[in-house]
Amino acid sequence: MTIVDPAAGSCPVPLPESERVLLGHGSGGRLSAELISEVLLPGLGPAAPGGPLEDAALVTVGGCELLLSTDAYVVDPLFFPGGDIGALAVHGTVNDLAMRAGLPVALTIAYVVEEGLPLTDLRRVAASVGAAAAAAGVPVVTGDTKVVGRGAADRLFVITAGLGRRLPGAAPTAAGARPGDVVLLSGPIGCHGVTVLSTREGLGFESDVASDSQPLHRLVADMIAAGGTGVHALRDPTRGGLAAAVNEIAAASGVGVELVEAALPVPEPVRAACEMLGVDPAYVANEGCLVAFVAPERADAVLTAMRARPEGAAAVRIGAVTDGGPVLVRTMVGARRVLDLPLGEQLPRIC
Amino acid sequence: MRYLDEYRDPVLARALLSELGRVVTRPWTLMEVCGGQTHTIVRQGIDELLPDGVRMIHGPGCPVCVTPLEVLDRAMAIAQRPGTILTSFGDMLRVPGTRTDLLALRARGADVRVVYSPMDAVALARRTPDRQVVFLAVGFETTAPANAMAVLHAAALGLTNFTVLVSHVLVPPAMTAVLRAPDCRVQAFLAAGHVCAVMGWTEYEPIAAEHRVPIVVTGFEPLDLLEGILMAVRQLEQGRHEVENQYARAVRRDGNQAARQAISRVFRVTDRAWRGIGTIPGSGLTLTDEFAAFDARRRFDVGHLLVREHPDCVAGDILTGARTPLDCAAYGTACTPRTPLGAPMVSAEGTCAAYYTAGRRAVPPTGVS
Repeated sequence: MTIVDPAAGSCPVPLPESERVLLGHGSGGRLSAELISEVLLPGLGPAAPGGPLEDAALVTVGGCELLLSTDAYVVDPLFFPGGDIGALAVHGTVNDLAMRAGLPVALTIAYVVEEGLPLTDLRRVAASVGAAAAAAGVPVVTGDTKVVGRGAADRLFVITAGLGRRLPGAAPTAAGARPGDVVLLSGPIGCHGVTVLSTREGLGFESDVASDSQPLHRLVADMIAAGGTGVHALRDPTRGGLAAAVNEIAAASGVGVELVEAALPVPEPVRAACEMLGVDPAYVANEGCLVAFVAPERADAVLTAMRARPEGAAAVRIGAVTDGGPVLVRTMVGARRVLDLPLGEQLPRIC
Repeated sequence: MRYLDEYRDPVLARALLSELGRVVTRPWTLMEVCGGQTHTIVRQGIDELLPDGVRMIHGPGCPVCVTPLEVLDRAMAIAQRPGTILTSFGDMLRVPGTRTDLLALRARGADVRVVYSPMDAVALARRTPDRQVVFLAVGFETTAPANAMAVLHAAALGLTNFTVLVSHVLVPPAMTAVLRAPDCRVQAFLAAGHVCAVMGWTEYEPIAAEHRVPIVVTGFEPLDLLEGILMAVRQLEQGRHEVENQYARAVRRDGNQAARQAISRVFRVTDRAWRGIGTIPGSGLTLTDEFAAFDARRRFDVGHLLVREHPDCVAGDILTGARTPLDCAAYGTACTPRTPLGAPMVSAEGTCAAYYTAGRRAVPPTGVS
């Protein structure tokens, strides 16, 4: 038996049903990647970005380097322990800028509101947007509002865009990981996904766990101050979880990664929920942690800097970058397995 | 986490492996029956750490995998009826039927919903009295008590818009079928701990005696499996063939009486078709006459179903352990979790999907280091 990348060499025979968009196309896994590479990027034609797909794009205007990012937020329920759709929309875009070592300069916001949404809900979300932006130290400079008929949207969608300036002496990029790099994780995984799922479905775990939604730009600033250009790649493992984030960086950088399962910090309620549902915590979404690929000689300094901040207090080393091949996990009993991109939706199993 | 961490200790795992190495004197072939155990074995790479000659073959214990195509096609036909909500556990939704799967039907407008318990489907039926709510009830003895309770609950509420499409299967007749196959190589079984938590292990005693085969009731954590394998190999080496219980923290000889009573009130034993294997006598459950009104087969006439398996899928051989996924020409090429030809490539507990997601391939494709 040989371990190789499960994605390579496969020759998918498209199902006729795949002519329609499936919910799994939005999961952040392999189906999402296919939608982007086969439908959305070709549609852009010459306007498509060159190079790896980044959380935020570097744009040079009159010799000045700026970072630009946009994201749409569609979460059910709108309010959940640890956050709500408004705070999420601010943190998500601030974090996308931060993954390129960008400090947020300005945000834009757009609301798509379904007819019939209680005004109290909209007020609450708007106030949460304001509070999150103020806490992150970034103004919301312009916006847009649309109201659509009942059924044309699910209550409220929020879209943000962010403009950032790059921290001096930093150049993290999705293609930046190199063999020998140390892989660091800023905090526990799985909290956001389990909180949202548990709140929506009433599974009972929501009283024990809260979303990790938080801005990470100050953490990144301290990491860059400690590690400089030794911080090679950063990614916040949102949809698709840690598995998707690490696979994306490995693919863009042309390297392999070996993670240590026992080192992954998974809080107890998250583990309990994942055990019950038959879901791997490595595939569950996060909104307030990051994974960093750092040159080995700077890793200790960066880890120390991370642990000095509340967002990174539980930071740990979870693995290392290898020359090539798939993303591997060293299991509890000492064997290795491939940690692949998730396919589509995470479907709870039977028993 | 209590009851998890202590069964995942790497130091104890190495100790069990070296003890196994001391006990083994010749090759042995064991079958773990349950898909959950297959998932742990492949996910943790346990089979790769076993001493030379000790082989695990993966049994038919993935409920998603053995659900007949006819049941899936029927579920899809029912889901397409106006005014119907079809509910099931998540991993049933991607299993390919003859022409499509439930997720694709949902994208085309059918009301297909994931529930976490059959009681959620009963609650949904209460909330939506103008819709017919159908629960696709599959699984082994483990899920049967909850499904029985859902039917009892719906009956107590007097619901007329709740039905179940039942395709329950039973483990002991499947083990007997594996042992009676002419090319059977199985010398010992790890029995499924959760099934035995419900049913106990008395049913396994005549199987062990008749076929002179050790059966060890085993749990699902890495150390459970290593200990279960060690207990089975010890029996083989000593020429014993008994039913032993590795999973003592969850399983008693008589199982769970209340759960067994609920099952026997709502269900009766029937012959059942297993996908890829064929009909096994007395290997399934169906609703008793008292609860026939909750049978979706009777409630919904969907006409004649033209059922056809994909010709390249060797699921039957995979499910009986006659072949491994690495022996299948379609595995990893035409058949992937993205484009499954058969059910074992769908569920996380299916042998093919477990192999695939762990990156196991027969030959490295060209261009890959």
